[in-house]
Amino acid sequence: MSKILDITKETCPMTFVKVKLALSRMATGEQLVVHLKEGEPLNNVPASCEEQGYHVEALRALGDGVHELIVRK
Amino acid sequence: MTAKKKLSIVCFSGDYDKVIAAYTIATGAMATNREVTMFFTFWGLNVLKKQQGRSWLGKDVLSRAFNFLMGGRNTLPLSRLNFGGISPKLMQGMMKKNHVATLPELIEAASALGVRIYACEMAMHILGLRQEDLVDEVEDVVGVATFLNESEDAHIIFI
Repeated sequence: MSKILDITKETCPMTFVKVKLALSRMATGEQLVVHLKEGEPLNNVPASCEEQGYHVEALRALGDGVHELIVRK
Repeated sequence: MTAKKKLSIVCFSGDYDKVIAAYTIATGAMATNREVTMFFTFWGLNVLKKQQGRSWLGKDVLSRAFNFLMGGRNTLPLSRLNFGGISPKLMQGMMKKNHVATLPELIEAASALGVRIYACEMAMHILGLRQEDLVDEVEDVVGVATFLNESEDAHIIFI
């Protein structure tokens, strides 16, 4: 079961903060699906996940400037 | 793995807007894999008081008067256009409306992320504050030498 986190209504810094906290509360191997907007979140959230050693499995556009990021802890 | 990047923020100001700036940088840095220390001194200590409104903390008449006038987390003034304390409340409403994290939300996030919080020993001494007057998130009451040692290989920001 993967957890879904919608940060499309969030602004800096809560976009990063919510992703970080969600991942920290998950077990290794679990999957997090993040919905985020283009611009700052799209440019930096996936890279920040990878920098913390999490695996970015997919990143695709859902339309209307919203993207779906799939990260495995 | 390389060592984590470190960031230290000196929170000298007790202005509502500047405290928000400090917490925004702190939580953003924690969330992007940095180690963050916030060192609160002088006006900044108001943010850490358990009593969030005005309270007569202190050990003598002068320190009690100062602490009452300096207030707590809920009475932080805006650095400009404060209008007797109305503006911070209006600002908080505007932040909520625009989905921007408010100060209580940022403080809670900082705590959840594990930002290290230090209080300045010297400023507390002047103001007659004890560690038990401050919130539990305060890890320790330290002096400038400890802060500098902890920040040896960190970027330091003064707000």
